[in-house]
Parts: sequence; structure tokens; C-alpha cells
Amino acid sequence: MDTFLTILLDGLQFSSYLFIVSAGLTIIFGVMKILNVAHGSFYAWGAYTAAFFIGKFSDMGMPDALGFLIIIAAAVVVGVVLGFIIEQGILKYMYQRDEVLIVLATFGLFLVLEDIILIAFGTDPYFAYQPMALLAAVEIGGITRDVYGLTLIGVATLVAIGCWWLLNKTKWGTILKAVIFDREMGISMGINVPLVYTLTFIGGAILGGLGGAYIAPTISVAPGLGTEVIVLSFAVVVVGGMGSIAGAAIGSLIIGLLRAVAVHELPQVELFVVFAVMAVVLVFRPEGLFAPAKPRKI
Amino acid sequence: MISNPPILQVRDLVKKFGAVVAANDINVDISKGEIVGIIGANGAGKTCFVNMVTGYLPPTAGSIKFEGEELVGLETRKITHAGISRSFQVSQVFHSMTVGENLMIALAIANNRALDALSLMDTPELRSKLDNVLNRYKLNAQKDTTVSALAQGVRKLLDIAMAVVSKPRILLLDEPTSGISVEEKFDFMDIVMGALKEDGVTVLFVEHDMEIVARYVSRVLAFYQGEIIADMPPKKALADKKVQEFVIGKEHHKKKK
Amino acid sequence: MFNDKTSKFLLVAGLLLILGGAFAPNWIVNQFMFGFSRALAILGLMVLWRTGLVSFGHAFYFGLGAYAVAILDIKLGVTDVFLRLIAGALVAGTAGFLVGFIMRNYRNIFFAMLNTAISMVLFGIVVKTEALGSTDGFAISMSTILGVSPETKYPLFVIITLVGMVAAILVNYYLKTTFGKLTTAIRDNEIRVEYLGFSVAHAIHLKYSISAILAGGAGALMAMSLGQVDPESMINWTVSGELVFITILSGPGNVIAPFIGSLVFEVLRTYAFELAPQAWQLIMGATFLTIIFFIPGGIWSVLEKIGGKKNDK
Repeated sequence: MDTFLTILLDGLQFSSYLFIVSAGLTIIFGVMKILNVAHGSFYAWGAYTAAFFIGKFSDMGMPDALGFLIIIAAAVVVGVVLGFIIEQGILKYMYQRDEVLIVLATFGLFLVLEDIILIAFGTDPYFAYQPMALLAAVEIGGITRDVYGLTLIGVATLVAIGCWWLLNKTKWGTILKAVIFDREMGISMGINVPLVYTLTFIGGAILGGLGGAYIAPTISVAPGLGTEVIVLSFAVVVVGGMGSIAGAAIGSLIIGLLRAVAVHELPQVELFVVFAVMAVVLVFRPEGLFAPAKPRKI
Repeated sequence: MISNPPILQVRDLVKKFGAVVAANDINVDISKGEIVGIIGANGAGKTCFVNMVTGYLPPTAGSIKFEGEELVGLETRKITHAGISRSFQVSQVFHSMTVGENLMIALAIANNRALDALSLMDTPELRSKLDNVLNRYKLNAQKDTTVSALAQGVRKLLDIAMAVVSKPRILLLDEPTSGISVEEKFDFMDIVMGALKEDGVTVLFVEHDMEIVARYVSRVLAFYQGEIIADMPPKKALADKKVQEFVIGKEHHKKKK
Repeated sequence: MFNDKTSKFLLVAGLLLILGGAFAPNWIVNQFMFGFSRALAILGLMVLWRTGLVSFGHAFYFGLGAYAVAILDIKLGVTDVFLRLIAGALVAGTAGFLVGFIMRNYRNIFFAMLNTAISMVLFGIVVKTEALGSTDGFAISMSTILGVSPETKYPLFVIITLVGMVAAILVNYYLKTTFGKLTTAIRDNEIRVEYLGFSVAHAIHLKYSISAILAGGAGALMAMSLGQVDPESMINWTVSGELVFITILSGPGNVIAPFIGSLVFEVLRTYAFELAPQAWQLIMGATFLTIIFFIPGGIWSVLEKIGGKKNDK
């Protein structure tokens, strides 16, 4: 029973964190048809920025509760600054090029951003445990859990609800859905597609940054952070269906829970399981489990 | 007519897309050497018919026999091997290659089967064949031009030339003159039909332009809502009441492209 | 059959390099060994690239080739350079042929991603399996040549150069066959190829298998040159990215390009790393972006321009 609960909570926490990161990735893909390898860098930048300032402020004797504000601020700043620079500086000029070529360009960006992190933050790991220490631990069904980790589930839920609300209840959502469904149709409807692209990219980047910033207190923030995250998010997005928020949620749950089971029961297959699922989905349902509707082209 | 057994035999052909019926119980025989014009308003099921004969779309029911051999269920390339070829309304060519390269590939594939494809493509034999095709389709001047730089009409000519190099016994042309200017259309069709006549190919072509139909075909099939409503010689067909109402009448409203 | 300019150039250049290598300092020989080993994989990726396919997972085959050498060495004590090379190419080629049945139905992003998934499955297995060396990998014993163990790395360099030369000449021939010509054609218009009577799936399957064999051979040669294998530098997705990077850097214009591109990559990396150890990825990434943006034909197109298009294609 204890193991079951541990697996469940571990799985949910892991799923939550995957969801926050992948939601950004899938929104960008859905709207802009860009599979953004540099999304891993948004994550890493979010983590580093948050960890750095949490540490700094704590050293200065500021209250630890400020950490939560820093996390959000880090995500927004990273998303807005990096997102804007990359979209306006580089991607903007690539929209008419081949999809796969854009993936390659974002891979180049990924390499560049990884090293700027090293230059900016150095190679030593950062620890930003303060927000986590602040919330202490709680006992659930006989096992002790960090409250901070549990809040991750809440944050992911909020992100999911936020995305759902934005897409289905606002004018913005209608515009986005029109562009997702058919870009040309969006243009002919008078939608300012370039602006939609810029804002979408920034929004996705903020989510990527948030994933990193929120997870930062629970890990040692060290080089190479983005490398694993990006392939894991790819797996999530592919399993769920590229471009679908609901798909990202389901994909995160499947992969998060499976991985938690593997970690506890059969650690040798931990990574294998994630990518095997990804491969199987691609083989049998290449559009993913929850692919968004596509216009008929012929 | 009676002495010629049909080269193409279509029986009870049905195609449904959900509730839409694109082919409703089509029955038709085509004899060797016929030049058949397929007419009908947009959405009447003309292209769908071509797509089914060439294996691009599987019919919901029915049978298509070519020289006695069942075509339904065969892949497009098997149908090409059997001896049926087609052109496209929007020309389907290799746009980043030159006219010569396009035709070389078409010729090489037409000659090759399976492992032959591992021999060199560029042979003197193929080159002389290429020259022959270029001559017949008046494409000599454009031989080294990349397709993306070609005018619409030349692309269509290339599209048809590529369809013919495999020496098909039936050729289906999907709107050969669409996108071609009024001044050019007869010259264009003279080149195509002249070359095809030499080969004795049976031709079925979908056409919107009644002048072209009147001039080049020996038989007309008029489509309306997935059915053949008229099957007769062109003169009679163009004067037919039903054809005028359901096919030509609508045509005059829209006066295509 | 092989009397075109490219084949002749390869033959002469290969022999000159082998001669020159005898007098070159060790570090230069090393760079050529690494560069040419990798070039073999790039040759295969170039064939796919011409067809419009980019695999973001060919480290799968590269890794299979490398690990085949390692496993043979540790379990059976096989040290012969040719046996090792053949084993690497064979293992990867077989895997590629089998995976090809699935892969031939995929294009674009899906093709790229499915390859990534498969390579990461292998990565996941190797990283977590002690018997496969886990994250540390294996050291590989010096290769022997027909029973003789060489004193220096020079003989291995000679063999790698010869293998690269032969492979390039063969691929060059392949590109001139009907199968080979069906690269750009498939990229441009699959429907037309099918209507001309040729199976696109079969053509892609063959290209994919060729690329797997070449990547496997490359992995085997790289394992022998480095004297060790590990998952991070042989199988992880970043390795696949690196291979694609060199492919784009080289350009699809000619089979000589992968060799030049791989050498440039090797030199670029070495110097970038020495110049700015914290920023070598930055330099690589920036180079990559520059190529994508401004030189879509890669290094080869630049050379062609300089040479005034004298080289045949």
C-alpha cells in the first residue's frame, strides 16, 4: 500500500512537471508547426535563473517565502526575453522553410543557449532548497512527502485549467484555434498571424521556464539539465498528439506514472519504458492519442 | 464496335464518402482506340472516376477490368505496370529538376523492373529515347530548364509526356487544358493528341472545355451526381437536353478559370 | 562505371592522404581518423537528406556499430579490424533493414521523431544495464590487422581512409543508378513516382538500410579509433543531432562533401574547445545556424562556387 501510494504520488509529481514543460512545447507546435528543440533551454534557463536568485536573496537575508515570487518572475522573464529574441531574431525568418529544417535550426539554438548558461552561471551546481524547506513535510497515508513537491500537482492543474480557459472561453482562444486549424484561413479572416506567433512562442517559452523554475528547488541545478527534459517532452507530446493540450496532459500522465512504476519496481527499464511507449505510439498511431483535428487538404 | 472486345470494363462501380455518393453504379465499356471525353460539372464525380481506375481511391463496390484483369485492389504502380497511365489536373512533376531529368527518370523507371534499378540510369539508349520524347512533345527548347521556372502549359505537356513514356494502352488525362490560355489550347492539344495517335493509345479525358471536346473526342460520357447521364458521340451529346441542363448550363455560369 | 571525376578524385586523394599520413604528426592522423570514421555515417545521412528525410536518431545505428565492436571484444576477444568493421555494419544494417519496414511509411517530423524514439530506447537500455557497461561504457583493446598488432595508429588510419574511399565511390555509383536518382524525385513528388510504376516505400527502405549499414560501420570505426565506447558519446540524441549537423554542414552536393564536412567539424570542435572550453557548443550552434540560413548547400556549394563549377556532380 505504501509503495503504491509512493508510486502514485511520485508519478503524479513527475507527470505534473512534464505537463508544465510539454504544454509549452505542444502549444508552440500546434500554432506554429515548430518542434522546438530549444524548449529544453527555456527549461534550463528557468531553473538556473530561479535557483540563482533564490540563493542570492536568501543570502541577503530576505524571507524565504519570496522564493515563490522569484520562481514566477524567473519564468516570465526568461520566457519573454528569450522567447521574444528567438522568435523575432531567428524563427520569424524561417516560417516558409521546411518543418524539419526549422527543427534543425532550433537544435542549433539549443546548443548556443546551453553554452550561454555555462558562461552566465558557471559549471558549479546551484541549490535553491529554501522554498522547499519552508513548506516542510506532511504525512499522507503513512508516508512522508514534501509539501513543495505536492504543490507541483496543483501548479500543473492550474496551468491545465488556465490553458483550457484561454482556449475555450476567451476571444484569444478562438483566434488561436482558427490559426491552429488552418493558418491560411486565419490570415484570410484578418487575424494578425505574426503577432499570434510571437505571443504564442513567448507563452510557450514561459511555460518551459516555469517548469524549470518550479522544479529548481527540488534538484541540483547543474549543466546538461535541458538535454534530458527535451527528449522527455518530445515523448510526452508525441504520445499525446502534437499540438494538443489534452494530449499533453494524457501523455504526461502516461509517461509520468509509467516511469514512477519503473523507478520503484524495475529501475533498469526507467528510460527504456518512456521511449518504447513513444515508439509504439508513433508506429500504431503516428498522430498521437489525441491529435487535434486537421483540415482536409485534398 | 462489336468486333472490338472492350479494353476497359466498368461494372456497378460505387464510391461513397460518408453520405456523399461520388459514383453511383457506373457501368461502361471502353473499346480499344477510342478517344473518350468525360464531362460534367464540378463535383459530378469525374476525377473520382479517374482516381478509381488508376487505383488512387478504392471504390466502395464494383469492378474495373482492364483487358480482362481486375484492377480493384491493385496499387497505383501495379496499375501502371498493367498498362494504364494518367496525367493530373495540377501537374505532378519533379519541380526542382529539369525537364530532361524528369523525363529521364520516367523513362528509366518505365524500362526498369526491380533490380534493374541498380544499373546506371544515364545510358546512350535512354538518351536517344529522351530525344525522341522531347521531339514529339516539342519540349526540346526547355530540356535544361528547371520545372519551377516553366510556364503552366509546358508543365502540363511534361506531365502528359511523363505519363506516356511507359507506353500505356490506356491513358487518362485529367483536365489537360485547365490553366492553359485560350490561344494556346488547340496547339497544345494538337501536340498531345498527335503524339498519342501515333501510339494508338486509348484515351479518356476529363474536360471542361466543350470546344476541345467537340474537336478531339469520338465519344462523350456525361457525369452528373456520380452517374453517367449520357453516353453518345460528341455532336449528339452537346445537343442533348439533359447534358445541356446538367453539364453545359452550369458550365456557362462559372466559365472555368 | 567508376571513371567519373568524383571517383578519380577520391582515388587520388585517398592515396595521397595515406602517403601523407605516414609523415604526419599523431594528432593530425587522429583528427583524420575521427573525421573519416564519422564521414561514413554522414554519407548515408546524405542519401536520406537528398530524399528529403532527416533522421534525428541515427545514433541508434552508430551506437549499434560501436557496441558490436565492444561486445565482440569483451565476450569473444575479437580484435581483427575487418571482423570488427563487418560486425558493426552487419548488426546495424540488419537492424536498419528490419526497422526500415516501419520507417519507410514515415516522412518529415514523424520520420525524425520515430528515429529519435528508437535511438533513445537503445540509450535507455544501455545506460541502465551493467552488462552493457552502463553509463561508463567499455574500453576497447587495440585492433589487430590480420593477426598483426600494429605499433602505431597509422595502419588503422590507412584502413579507415580506404574504407571511406571505397564507400564513397560505391555511394557515388549508387546515386547514378535509377534507384539512386530517385532521391530528389521522391522529395519532390512521391505521387508521380508511384504513378510512374515505382514503389516509393521500396526505394526509401533501401536508402534507409544503406544509411544504417554506413552508420554502423562508422560507429565501429569510431569505437576502434577512440578505443572506447559509452552511451553519452555514441547513442544519446545529441550524437544524432551532431551527425545531422555535419550532414547539413557538408552539403548534399557530392559524396566527397561528407569527408570534408567531417574534417571541418573535427577541427572546428577541437579548436573551439581549446579556444573557449565553455563556449564550444555556442560556436558550433552558431555555425550551424549560419549554414542553415545562408549556405543551404553546405561547404560543398561554397567549394563549387570557388572552383567555378568545375567539379562534376
